[in-house]
Amino acid sequence: MAAGAMTAAIETKGLRKQFGEKVAVEDLSLTVPRGEVFGFLGPNGAGKTTSLKMLLGLVEATAGSATVLGAPLGDRATRARMGFLPEHFRFQDWLTGRELLRFHGRLYGLGGAALEARADELLTRVDLLDAAHRAVKTYSKGMMQRIGLAQALLAKPELVFLDEPTSGLDPLGRLLVRDIIHELKADGTTVFLNSHLLGEVEATCDRVVFVKAGRAVHELLLSGDVAGLDVDLRTGPLDDGARAALAELGAVQPGLDGTMRMRVAALDVLPEIARRLVARGVALYEMKAARKSLEAWFLEVMGEEQRPG
Amino acid sequence: MRNLITIAHLTLHEAVRRRVLTAALIVGTAFLALFGVGMHFMLRELNKSHDLTLIERRVMLNALTLAGLFAASRLIVITAVLLPVDTLSGEIGSGVIQTLAAKPVRRSEIVLGKWIGHWLVLLVYFVLIVGGVLAVARALGHFTPPHIERGLPLLMLEATVLLSVAIAGGTRLSTITNGMTAFGLYGFAFIGNWIEQIGTFTDNVAARNVGTVSSLIMPSESLWNLAAYQMQPTIMRELTATPFSPVAVPSVAIVWWSVGYIVVALWLGLRVFRRRAL
Repeated sequence: MAAGAMTAAIETKGLRKQFGEKVAVEDLSLTVPRGEVFGFLGPNGAGKTTSLKMLLGLVEATAGSATVLGAPLGDRATRARMGFLPEHFRFQDWLTGRELLRFHGRLYGLGGAALEARADELLTRVDLLDAAHRAVKTYSKGMMQRIGLAQALLAKPELVFLDEPTSGLDPLGRLLVRDIIHELKADGTTVFLNSHLLGEVEATCDRVVFVKAGRAVHELLLSGDVAGLDVDLRTGPLDDGARAALAELGAVQPGLDGTMRMRVAALDVLPEIARRLVARGVALYEMKAARKSLEAWFLEVMGEEQRPG
Repeated sequence: MRNLITIAHLTLHEAVRRRVLTAALIVGTAFLALFGVGMHFMLRELNKSHDLTLIERRVMLNALTLAGLFAASRLIVITAVLLPVDTLSGEIGSGVIQTLAAKPVRRSEIVLGKWIGHWLVLLVYFVLIVGGVLAVARALGHFTPPHIERGLPLLMLEATVLLSVAIAGGTRLSTITNGMTAFGLYGFAFIGNWIEQIGTFTDNVAARNVGTVSSLIMPSESLWNLAAYQMQPTIMRELTATPFSPVAVPSVAIVWWSVGYIVVALWLGLRVFRRRAL
């Protein structure tokens, strides 16, 4: 087992990055356990990419501390156990797909038959084997992103950083990336995913952290227990006492014709809603619970004042 | 070390694949063809003049060959700057460098690997162009300048100084600023050299000192002068009859200064690049 295997994959404390007067990341403290698919969410300009670059050693932190796979930031030997797909992956476009993988493989210390076999395996996995002999400049945007994903996985990394991996991909490409992320998780690989596509994040991540102005402002578990539910109710007329009793269980938004929507923390609040309504003699015609969408969370966490980035 | 070789290899590969060497070959061949035609007609005139002594004939041939080498060295200097001018700044701008620097690679290996790769491409170009000039002089005039074993390494050193400046500049400057700075320094040295030559000729100490300082700021022109001085016979040096016979001959110390210049330029580049946000 690799050194420091028992530590978290990523641990940051008060990480800060300032470019001159401009603060890109204010104070980032987060922990990503090993084997987790972790989503890093926030609007444009929230400091997501700068945070990711600090974790990769591409940008030096101004203050704070962090470890990645148990080693301090920028540790060269640790980078051999990490993979990275930048947003809008680009590389020397005169290389063929296979040459690109060979070059990056050598930088990971791979070579010979092992490198060729790994390149073949990855080219097949990202569905580029038949385009492997073509110069990368002839690749579509989606193919480019897929060869970028392949280079990130060359060294069978313990931790993979994916910055907007599905940008530019068609629905089939997105499914492919989603499957690869699931496979990585099954292999115990930690995945750090930066994405704007909330649907993708919802489908792949175990946990997400929302970042706003360079701070982690909210954490949400997506796997295991459902966190946060929207409950649509249709009832008879409510008196003030009944309203107050419901408000104790979650936020109530009244609708038309005796309908209302409640936001509650967990599934076990539902029987309590029914019990309180019945106890007060209020007729309950309909109760429907749905998981609160990530988009709803995003808008709630980021606040009304958030403007498109 | 392995990473250094991998990055140098990619740079060489790039020169071949992006047809840099093909373009160099075509331009070089055109240049050599022009030089050959010029030399042919000059020699025809020279051969008609039966009253020329053997020494006068050799001086003329030497001046012609040095003219060819002068033009060749300008082409090589231009190539030394243009070849690597966007290798770092371009890759930083496009984000290509992020994938590279996130690998288990030292940043110094990226810079030095690129330096080695470009230096080797430049060496190929140098051998092609300078070798071509000497081959044409040999074939048409049956002449080779003296001490080319001293002169040619100095010309390559001149190109290496500019290559190193362009690579080091790319760690901090944008492509256009980097190119302008490198060529600006080269032009600065060119003018400085003429001030020094005229100052020496007219015994103007102040002008001569200005030239000396400029050659310390950018030693390229002094290296050319020293190379040209080495590759001509004593009589030609003393007569200072051609533009290639410097009045103020640079000290051999300029060679060590230039080597130090390259080391310091690369060291500064590495220092900047090591901490640069990519």
